[in-house]
Amino acid sequence: MSIVIADEPRVAAPPPPEPVVPRRNYLNTEYGVLSWLLTVDHKRIGILYLVSISAFFVVGGIAAGLVRLNLLSPTGAILTEDQYNRMFTAHGVVMLFLFLIPSIPAVFGNFFVPMMIGAKDLAFPKLNLASWYVFMIGAGFAVYAVLVGGIDTGWTLYPPYSSRSHTNVTPGVFGVFITGFSSIMTGLNIMVTIHKMRCPGMTWGRLPLFIWAMYATSFIQLLGTPVVAITLLLLLAERVGGVGIFDPAIGGDPVLYQHMFWFYSHPAVYIMIVPGMGVVSEILTCFSRKNIFGYKAIAWSSVGIAVVGFLVWAHHMYVAGIAYYSALLFSFLTMLVAVPSAIKVFNWLATLFRGSITFHAPMLYTLAFLVLFTVGGVTGLFLATLGTDIHLHDTYFVVAHFHFVMVGGMVLAYMAALHYWWPKMTGRMYSDFWSRASATIIFVGFFFTFVPQFVLGYHGMPRRYPNYPQEFQIYNVLSTAGASILGFGYLLPGIYLPLSLFFGVKSPANPWSATGLEWQCPSPPTTFNFDFVPVVVCGPYEYAIGVDQLGRGLPDPPGPGDAASPYRPVGPAGPIHKETEVVG
Amino acid sequence: MSASTHSPVLKHHFDNLEQQHSAERLGMWMFLATEVLFFSGLFVAYTIYRHWYPAEFQFASSHLILWIAGLNTGFLITSSLTMTLAIRSAQQGNRSALIRHLIATAALGTAFMGFKAYEYATDVEEKFVPGWIFQEEYAEAVADLSEKDHSTAHAKHNPVRELAKLNLDKSVNDPGYISPQRVQLFLCFYYVMTGIHGIHIIVGIGCILWLVQQAYCGKIPRENYSTVEVVSLYWHLVDMIWLFLMPLLYLAGGGLKH
Repeated sequence: MSIVIADEPRVAAPPPPEPVVPRRNYLNTEYGVLSWLLTVDHKRIGILYLVSISAFFVVGGIAAGLVRLNLLSPTGAILTEDQYNRMFTAHGVVMLFLFLIPSIPAVFGNFFVPMMIGAKDLAFPKLNLASWYVFMIGAGFAVYAVLVGGIDTGWTLYPPYSSRSHTNVTPGVFGVFITGFSSIMTGLNIMVTIHKMRCPGMTWGRLPLFIWAMYATSFIQLLGTPVVAITLLLLLAERVGGVGIFDPAIGGDPVLYQHMFWFYSHPAVYIMIVPGMGVVSEILTCFSRKNIFGYKAIAWSSVGIAVVGFLVWAHHMYVAGIAYYSALLFSFLTMLVAVPSAIKVFNWLATLFRGSITFHAPMLYTLAFLVLFTVGGVTGLFLATLGTDIHLHDTYFVVAHFHFVMVGGMVLAYMAALHYWWPKMTGRMYSDFWSRASATIIFVGFFFTFVPQFVLGYHGMPRRYPNYPQEFQIYNVLSTAGASILGFGYLLPGIYLPLSLFFGVKSPANPWSATGLEWQCPSPPTTFNFDFVPVVVCGPYEYAIGVDQLGRGLPDPPGPGDAASPYRPVGPAGPIHKETEVVG
Repeated sequence: MSASTHSPVLKHHFDNLEQQHSAERLGMWMFLATEVLFFSGLFVAYTIYRHWYPAEFQFASSHLILWIAGLNTGFLITSSLTMTLAIRSAQQGNRSALIRHLIATAALGTAFMGFKAYEYATDVEEKFVPGWIFQEEYAEAVADLSEKDHSTAHAKHNPVRELAKLNLDKSVNDPGYISPQRVQLFLCFYYVMTGIHGIHIIVGIGCILWLVQQAYCGKIPRENYSTVEVVSLYWHLVDMIWLFLMPLLYLAGGGLKH
């Protein structure tokens, strides 16, 4: 059933009164270290993850900084070759397994999935807490391995080198093996929660797109992670027992490892990016004050990515000696998996079209995501093509490509999510000026860092090499200069976000005038999120008619409605008047 | 809200027992999907190597202890029956029968693990373990065989020495040469697969004993029988995985006996 609202003056539903700020919220209901370490509240566990992965982000970032500094000179500026190998491995292992994979699912998934579907908690709160402990144990092994002694195999841990290397591979692999279980636990919890814990009226067609994205992500976590777990276990068996499973010198097959490793690790890049896409769908529509364009297309494209993403793994192995025809097939399937991503980008663009856009920090991060992710995605097609991949394989072109997707895409989406939901999580607003400044600096720094790497890679500089010919130096210097701007940009939120906890203005319940259920409870929320059973009456993004999911009016959005704001956008203020379809 | 809202087994974040139970069941099914994928990685690797190295896999498989595997299969299948009977007792609210059936299941699982341990011990004694144990024994056997006097070679008899004897006077490329490395590869799969399966059995026994304790304290009333059901789902999967492991590992010999 659909109602068509004609182009006529809108009679705005009255916005709900600001909910009474309760004396007790999830942050001050209990105090003390134990109240955090033994909590089963999904919001507190989300915060635990936020703190821990921020620490790992710093570790991985320092390793990246050392790698970039070393590349300033063609012969290696500060590190020996061995140290250089350990540094880029540390960067890869920490950033991928300890930051990117848990980033949005474990922090914002934990925190907001129950709130967005109107539940009191995740389905298995104790399992949720266990997942954090398992993660920390695994992370302890992995960080110990990469910092004390180090690993020099690269994050992909390809045998036979990884089963013979004299570095700390064993604890590192074991750590990654363990963190995998934490990822499975989170995915399982979120998937069951989405299936079983939705509040009355929250049908599948009314789920926010972030929830759809988390569902697709959990699907990959559930089905992919166990395969890499068993692969790493076999790698350990080979390393410890000396049995030739993957090492050809003693009867094994290294390509089998690559197949099994990428069967997880390629879908794993979708574990990283799909939640980011969900965040982008939330923020774009909120700061455009428009209904999302193509709800169903975006929702199903998340699922499409999750499914097709499982069928493309061998595009990492075109030059590893796989059969010509299978390479052809994988090339085709890789092109195919680009389609759902493109569907999303086009729908986002259509959402922006004629929207009343305001440029607050979450939106700036999101727009940066849109640009950088598109560049990353399109260059991915160069690599999916068999012929060009032979030329570009294992060069800096690949490095630049996946950093555009993973850093330009995922990390910016993570920052966007952090800025979007920070008022809800902490009850405080951060500095408007500094947050916009950091988004801009990160965007500029990112471009400077990685565009030169495309050029480097195209001209043939291989990845993971500490030395290079003299003529590549200018690009490497440019890249390192960009990395320092990028690093500075990341430093800023590390300062103004914690400061906002103490000096920030208190945030209202719905500072962005958003429609989702998570904004309908006070900031910060109480332990059980909702004091009432929420009943959803419409789709998730009814910005055009200005009602939230409970059918109540929206408060004035920041920017256009705020005369004092210096960032008043050009163009007519207020919600746009056009034909709009109401879902539901 | 139904009257079950006030049930003591209802957890605070669920609306009603029905929701709680279906969430628990769905969670377990998804976990089982994860488990299947976990083992399927092993199955794929096993299949590829068995296809490549049939002779070695036949040799190694035929030297595993078949009667123990058969007996263990019987134990596990029976334990699945008692587990299902336990669900029925829980549904009926028959506490003593529930405890009885759970203990029977745990006992059968323990018997499985006992025989498995005996089998492992025998294998270790025969040096049928991949890695340096196998390699040293093989090297020793080759050295013994190359001596003119075969008296020491006859002193000990185990699959490793038998392999050394089979390979005597054959070079790597001869037909009929059975590569000791590939035999170890099979053994590696054997130990990894049965080892992981054994860990699952131990976890299952732990869960069942926990259920016994819960039932004993009266914490599994009729309306909460789904706790038993969820554990049983896990137990059946572990049982079923064994039904795949058993033929793959023990019957790959194809009746080849030396």
